[in-house]
Amino acid sequence: MGRYIVKRIVAGLITMFVLTTVTFFLMHAIPGGPFSPAEERKVPKQVLEKIEEKYGLNDPIPVQYVNYLKNLAQGDFGLSFKQRDVTVNEIIEQGFPVSAKVGSIAIVVALLVGIPLGITSAIKRGKWADWLAMIIATVGISIPSFVLSVLMLFLFAVVLKVLPTFGLTSWQHYILPVAGLSFGPIAYIARLMRSSMLEVMRYDYIRTARAKGVHELKVICKHALKNAIIPIVTYLGPLVAILLTGSFVIERIFSIPGIGRDFVTGISDRDYSVILGMTVFFGAFIVVANIIVDVLYAVIDRRVKMDE
Amino acid sequence: MIHTARMKEREDGPFSTSAAGDLPDDLFEKLDESDRQDNEEITRPSKSYWQDAWARFRKDPLAMIGLCVIIVMAVAAIFGPIFSEYTYDGQNLENGNHPPSAEHWFGTDKFGRDIFVRTLYGARISLLIGFVAAAINMVIGIIYGGISGYFGGRVDMLLMRIVDIMIGVPDLLYIILVMMFLGNSIQSILIALCLTSWIGTARIVRSQVVTLKHQEYALAARAIGSSNLRILFKHLIPNSIGPIIVTVTFLVPSAIFSEAFLSFLGIGIQVPIASWGTLVNDAIPTLFTQPYQMLFPALAISITMFALNFIGDGLRDALDPRLKK
Repeated sequence: MGRYIVKRIVAGLITMFVLTTVTFFLMHAIPGGPFSPAEERKVPKQVLEKIEEKYGLNDPIPVQYVNYLKNLAQGDFGLSFKQRDVTVNEIIEQGFPVSAKVGSIAIVVALLVGIPLGITSAIKRGKWADWLAMIIATVGISIPSFVLSVLMLFLFAVVLKVLPTFGLTSWQHYILPVAGLSFGPIAYIARLMRSSMLEVMRYDYIRTARAKGVHELKVICKHALKNAIIPIVTYLGPLVAILLTGSFVIERIFSIPGIGRDFVTGISDRDYSVILGMTVFFGAFIVVANIIVDVLYAVIDRRVKMDE
Repeated sequence: MIHTARMKEREDGPFSTSAAGDLPDDLFEKLDESDRQDNEEITRPSKSYWQDAWARFRKDPLAMIGLCVIIVMAVAAIFGPIFSEYTYDGQNLENGNHPPSAEHWFGTDKFGRDIFVRTLYGARISLLIGFVAAAINMVIGIIYGGISGYFGGRVDMLLMRIVDIMIGVPDLLYIILVMMFLGNSIQSILIALCLTSWIGTARIVRSQVVTLKHQEYALAARAIGSSNLRILFKHLIPNSIGPIIVTVTFLVPSAIFSEAFLSFLGIGIQVPIASWGTLVNDAIPTLFTQPYQMLFPALAISITMFALNFIGDGLRDALDPRLKK
């Protein structure tokens, strides 16, 4: 177990190193520096030099790279190029709690809706409940989250006028963004849960439990669910990644001041230090989430070989 | 006792006329020679793998509807704009924000551009990107996974570690970074999409090749002196084509999704070229006043994604029944 965790952490560190390096050199290879005169209004040469000195841009690229890694090791993501005197750390500190709140609600909703949907669909196989659940699952898998969110925004905020549109000031404001974020995952979880439940229900121990006269509800909730839920655990890692990239569009559509919107703003502003810093942060976040999920999975399911 | 009796029977077996020989001849019917030949013959015409798959695919109504939708959409996307009097970038500021009518089926945007033609152009871009990206990813995935699975050992270790490192972070992050570096164009989207999307295909190919490479026909091919590459690409890959095609089919909608996603964020296709993603994005500010501007492109994406997912499900059941859930 200890060896497995160490192995996963080393692999995660390599992934982070590669991502940081690739992003750093890509961001510095983009033609036209962040303060090149073409973009800004006519800036005197001295001022430009002063600015470049402040951001450490007059050093050779390899030196800048080593400096960046040094700062990164201390948790310093550097200064924003476009927002004056704002550090990338400040942007993340402000945006992350907002995104994390919406994201964690979305995870809970996805699990609370997706799992029962999948179970119902498996138990009522071939009946209308199964059909309904699978239609929802197909819709959720087929329609991109941003299209679904814009359609919901149109339906609930414009036509029916029952839900607020932008911002996050009351609990009603959370409904549409959370629905937009979690619809795809609900669909995926429901499908996964259905096929896993159908498989588990064929096992002998289920027949034994039924033969003993255990109540059907208890057979499903206690005996079958324990094994059927394991594939869902493996999906939690990708789920975090999906919610993260989903937040790029959802936070933009609903004007939520989270890290997803900050990242997209950074992209359209060509704020390279923000893009670099946030990419590294996102990468680290996902890598850590994946390690936790993998270890959790190994703990829950003893059948998983640790050395694989 | 019984044991010895049997032994005795077996010992004199070859010399006796056997049990059947004791039976009278009139119990047997003489076999007609022509009858025997008929029995050997296969009465039904033999079906190839593809005919068999097509027969199964045809029975799936959703998959057939999906196929028809995609064909209609492809034909409309290729030929539709030719017959329209409007162009995707032709502006007519006097006729801006015009609701759907006989002249402009889907209405016009704020610059007076015809949304129907722009949606058709979006279909061109989406279908082009979807199929080209899937084809390129299939080639990369087959070569990468094939080499990894066939040669095994250290090569496999190295190639699979590289894949592990790449899938550590969501591919959209890589795609966004590369798009920023390459600039907004269809070519750069295709390059960006080909960076990581082949990984799924490569893994499928690898696992197929690993299980197939010890089969007798691979051994036979090696025995008659076929080269490694010939065994891999002439014998092993064609035998795993079913799962490969199934994986690649699902790459088409995911590529279309990625393009729309990037264009929606403003880092995909650049104006005035119309893509479904940019059309939906452009329509958000006017969502309250001109909702039809968003509705049609949004429907176009949704219908296409539905159709492609149905085709994918149908193909999976038809080509690789083992995967059927």
